[in-house]
Amino acid sequence: MSINGKAYIAGVYEHPTRKAVDKSLAQLHAESAMGALADAGLTKDDVDGYFCAGDAPGLGPLSLVDYMGLNLKHMDATETGGSSYVLHVGHAAEAIAMGKCSVALITLAGRPRAEGMATGTAPRNYGSSAPDVAFEFPFGPTVVNMYAMCAQRHMYEYGTTSEQLAWIKVAASHHAQYNEHAMLRNVVTVDEVVNSPMISDPLHRLDCCVISDGGGAIIVTSPEVAKSLKRPLVKVLGAGEAPKHQMGGKIDLTYSGARWSGPLAFEEAGVKPSDMKYASIYDSFTITVLMQLEDLGFCEKGEGGKFVSDGNLIAGTGKLPFNTDGGGLCNNHPANRGGLTKVIEAVRQLRGEAHHKVQVPNCDLALAHGTGGSLGTRHGSATVIMERE
Amino acid sequence: MTDQKKVFPTPIADPDTEQFWSAAKDHKLMIGSCKSCGEKYYYPRGMCPHCGGSDVELVQSSGKGEIYSWSVLRRAEPPFAIAYVTLDEGPTMMTNIIDCDLDNLKIGQRVELKFSPTEEENGAPVPTFKPV
Repeated sequence: MSINGKAYIAGVYEHPTRKAVDKSLAQLHAESAMGALADAGLTKDDVDGYFCAGDAPGLGPLSLVDYMGLNLKHMDATETGGSSYVLHVGHAAEAIAMGKCSVALITLAGRPRAEGMATGTAPRNYGSSAPDVAFEFPFGPTVVNMYAMCAQRHMYEYGTTSEQLAWIKVAASHHAQYNEHAMLRNVVTVDEVVNSPMISDPLHRLDCCVISDGGGAIIVTSPEVAKSLKRPLVKVLGAGEAPKHQMGGKIDLTYSGARWSGPLAFEEAGVKPSDMKYASIYDSFTITVLMQLEDLGFCEKGEGGKFVSDGNLIAGTGKLPFNTDGGGLCNNHPANRGGLTKVIEAVRQLRGEAHHKVQVPNCDLALAHGTGGSLGTRHGSATVIMERE
Repeated sequence: MTDQKKVFPTPIADPDTEQFWSAAKDHKLMIGSCKSCGEKYYYPRGMCPHCGGSDVELVQSSGKGEIYSWSVLRRAEPPFAIAYVTLDEGPTMMTNIIDCDLDNLKIGQRVELKFSPTEEENGAPVPTFKPV
């Protein structure tokens, strides 16, 4: 049993806001949902499956189902941080393949800016009942210093440099200049990245993603529904998911769960990394991208620094155009969770609806990959491979 | 830049970890040890994460090890060094490097245990490390 060809992505929507002081969290979810339904040419009454994660207010999916007035046959609130929505595409395809639903809605929203959250530099306490908290929280783990330790170790083992990491931001900024909604639209240079203030060694300010309010939604449907609509057909070919954790103290910070989720997705899809015309790669930090590119098999382990250098990720010039909306690094990282927007830009590319300056010619195969939680402690990885039919 | 005193939140013990934090009050760093498969692990817990066995015990670490990775959060007030330290017994654990030059930390650097007091009176101290 495989999901290959059993489900299509029929609608996507990225909320245009980047600071939402005048909107509630539920409202952002709902506006995103309605945007994706309109994109697909469906209405809320067509939705019979709903997927959300920890950013959804209330008890699992229930409050938002109530707010939006949905009648469902299937729901799933699997929470793996920012990777949740990539993972939900796979779960939605599974549910559709099993006949549990035929129009699945996935939503994401958040307002960390409006709420003044110290996203990157304040330790987050997930509650004292989480078994790891007492052994970690006192030491001040934050988002940025955890990813910084991954970068530090990667540099030590493989000779990766700050200049190589900077190329990832440079590529994202080249793409963001064409996105009118992007938070950071100025093209930056390697020098500007490595000379930006050090936040947590060895990550500089420009190695970090933006902090944005906003949201997004995805509609996954059965082949029958997708083919009845007037949108380009984007077929789900394969999906993979995997957790990575501390393995009882056998910690290795140089790789991510993409090492496992990637091969699962490629195998199900029947394609290989070199077949990909475009890749959306989770980009909370530059190091996140570099490690995942290696783990997904776009280059050998330890060769990521060379792979990303000299504009290799820039659309039009590089071999692997990535995050052509500007990604989390320059465009949008709604709710501090970048997985959903990764799927959206991959769908735009497959439909030929990306900005013409960054549209990959004949983009018929694309990958979206997300990581959620922390590469420095424990995280969920999810990979989805899609094809334009 | 030299390390300044950081305020450490007091860890909350639970039935699974009470013994660990009680030993910490005596400035002993304990690690998990599995009697079934012989593996040592961290953080300590009532089941072995390697073989799944429940016949586990706490054993005292020598408190000696080396820095596996580190980062100084320059934006914190005061800046501090977080690290993973690989103990000589095998497991790698999250900690802070204290009493150090924050601009002169290195992967592979030898460090030794020094417990740091936490903010609550009579609260358990936390295992931190200083350069040897």
